[in-house]
Amino acid sequence: MVIPSSLKNCFQLFYVLKISAAGFKYTANRGLILQSVSSDVFQNLAVEDWIHDNMNLENRQVLFLWRNSPTVVIGRHQNPWQECNLKIMRKKNIKLARRRSGGGTVYHDLGNINFTFFTSKKKYERMENLKLVVRALKGLRPQLHVCATDRYDLLLDGNFKISGTAAKLGKTVAYHHCTLLCSADKINLSSVLKSPYKGIKSNATPSMPALVKNLFEEDPTLTCEMVMDAVAAEYARCHQIDHHITLINPADETVFPGINNKTKELQTWEWIYGKTPKFSISTCFNMVYEQSLLEAEVDIHVKHGRIEVCSIVLPEQWLPPAMCNELEKNLIGSKFCPSETTALASTLLRICPQSYELHSKWSLLCENVMTLM
Amino acid sequence: MSIFDKSAFKFSHQHRSFRTSAISNGQIVQFKLSDIGEGITEVTVKEWYVKEGDSVSQFDSICEVQSDKASVTITSRYDGIIRKLHYNLDEIAYVGKPLVDIETDALKDVASEEDVVETPAVSHEEHTHQEIKGHKTLATPAVRRLAMENNIKLSEVVGTGKDNRILKEDILNYLAKQTGAILPPSPKPEIIPPLPKSKTVPAAPKDRGIKIPIPISKPIVFAGKDKTEAVIGFHKAMVKTMTAALKIPHFGYCDEIDLTQLVQLREELKPLAQVRGVKLSFMPFFIKAASLGLLHYPILNASVDENCQNITYKASHNIGVAMDTEQGLIVPNVKNVQVCSVFEIASELNRLLTLGSAGQLGTNDLTGGTFTLSNIGTIGGTYAKPVILPPEVAIGALGKIQVLPRFNGNGEVFKAQIMNVSWSADHRIIDGATMARFSNLWKSYLENPASMLLDLK
Repeated sequence: MVIPSSLKNCFQLFYVLKISAAGFKYTANRGLILQSVSSDVFQNLAVEDWIHDNMNLENRQVLFLWRNSPTVVIGRHQNPWQECNLKIMRKKNIKLARRRSGGGTVYHDLGNINFTFFTSKKKYERMENLKLVVRALKGLRPQLHVCATDRYDLLLDGNFKISGTAAKLGKTVAYHHCTLLCSADKINLSSVLKSPYKGIKSNATPSMPALVKNLFEEDPTLTCEMVMDAVAAEYARCHQIDHHITLINPADETVFPGINNKTKELQTWEWIYGKTPKFSISTCFNMVYEQSLLEAEVDIHVKHGRIEVCSIVLPEQWLPPAMCNELEKNLIGSKFCPSETTALASTLLRICPQSYELHSKWSLLCENVMTLM
Repeated sequence: MSIFDKSAFKFSHQHRSFRTSAISNGQIVQFKLSDIGEGITEVTVKEWYVKEGDSVSQFDSICEVQSDKASVTITSRYDGIIRKLHYNLDEIAYVGKPLVDIETDALKDVASEEDVVETPAVSHEEHTHQEIKGHKTLATPAVRRLAMENNIKLSEVVGTGKDNRILKEDILNYLAKQTGAILPPSPKPEIIPPLPKSKTVPAAPKDRGIKIPIPISKPIVFAGKDKTEAVIGFHKAMVKTMTAALKIPHFGYCDEIDLTQLVQLREELKPLAQVRGVKLSFMPFFIKAASLGLLHYPILNASVDENCQNITYKASHNIGVAMDTEQGLIVPNVKNVQVCSVFEIASELNRLLTLGSAGQLGTNDLTGGTFTLSNIGTIGGTYAKPVILPPEVAIGALGKIQVLPRFNGNGEVFKAQIMNVSWSADHRIIDGATMARFSNLWKSYLENPASMLLDLK
């Protein structure tokens, strides 16, 4: 019986995605190419989580294509304060996400394509995946000079980074994902990936800054769709599967049961900021109060995103020591976060002696402490 | 006191340890870091999910390691108690060398080296078999232990896993059928992110209330646990503020307001405000009416010092609006309402609400308030007992607007839009009469909005 190919692919997806943890095998299906209809980074990262946790990839591979609205994505063990400019990001409404794979910080927008290669742990092979992407690009535009480095980056013309890589290995499943700069906003990229915070001491994984370029600067006739299609075609050819891209909706619980919980978890403060490895900030800042310049020294230790140790040293008697102590004491245990600090500081002001001078000094101090966050 | 042979620690491989303590009589197994792939020999330990003394089950996550941009979750191969972590954070761990020491229970068949579950580079999956009456039943050591604890013969359980392997669910289902009860799932040691506002205990299993018809030998195990957290950060500051607030002797005064005319007026003005890009709610009217009232009763816009020796009458009406955000209750205020039009107040409220929901309110917006209104009615409720926010001396809580039957001047019943207001004031300096008169004035402006025109500045 001839089943129309679209229907056949529906069945394939249905069977493949309804696999229980017990391990139902649909051996006839060797591979799958999925593309997200969503540009929400949290939903897309949740798809990776879901596939990692739920799919049986013993004899199957999956390629997942996705793009996000402007977001900075940090690696599992990184420190966002060290990696990016959170102030600019808040102003421009650029999201911050922490992925589960290792590696460094990247900027995503709709001009950047993400590829995730899912395999069983024994078939985990990053270089092969990158070579696949290079072949696809060369097939599309033979004059493009793209190559992979031993650090798993892709370089254009030997100089400019167009792709970075990261990976996650679990119990039985592994995935390798990489970015590809096609037409990303380079101005945004360079402004948000530069940290303004000084005096940070941390063992978090640092990022390696690199010169970047968009593929479209080399060839303006390229589009993201063409590139995604080319990689999908090469993937299909390599794994001898149908060159058919299945569109998926990461919010659909019937196809991905339990995915919305994963999406929620990726958005929690505890995951994004709380998973930052222990670090400290030791710095000083200047404040101008009524035409005099004052210097303050701050030493703050942050663990799980919360302030563990807090020391603020001010010029003598500028602020009553009791008030300064009150601020330090209350900051301990508080999230290292400007909105929490503002709420906390404003509330504390209610029970301080009511004088215009004290209030304005307190506000000035708090505003400055918040610039560290 | 234990008769631990101290020299036993020097030998890191399997041995039997004799203890007099109540801890189980198990053997220490060294769990080695297995092959990661790609020829990697060393990794950095980035996060421990367990500490010494924790109990783990097979497949639980032990730690997260990183190597060259790959993050790897290492899961336990054994059930048992963690006795030693061989590395600190950020240290380099070596493949093939011990990662943790786990004390497993002394079972006849301890998971053999072949029982590799977190690295299926081994193409065949071998599980420890148990030969009972000639049947070879497939089950992992964790499942076998569960069966043993419940005196179940594996040969009598139907396996639903691959190759008819017996899973944990199969044992639980078997038990349920035996006792006629539905057993709650055993507690999973997940990492649950702490909720900032609510202090609820993790949900109890749904079937807690179901009665067990047949008495069973084992008691039902309730999986939920109490959770204690320190009061920190913003909540700690709130504790201090509220403690100070309750030192103020509060008195309450409540009333109901007929907003029928105001509802109509707002309907007319809403599109005009929309054209100017501003969303018009009822609050700007409530706020402006309050300010007009404060002009006549300035003591409600005052502040007293700590020993109530001096009253300061504040010139500006900085009216605070209670806002419910992710942090909790914050109160930004609209500055100088006494010189603002209703439209300007609405515009400012829009700005504060937008910033509030984005968590971007500044200290200037959150300090300097002199009087507060809390529109709890948007969530629900009628009458309330609001707590004064120091250093202020009065506060009003507005209930929800309800459509209720009331009598008009001709004795006829009509549909009225009724809202309740609950005032609290500092009884040291404010008396009931002052509060009542202020409330009546405020009420009259809102019940007959045209009268506001006469007194608008």
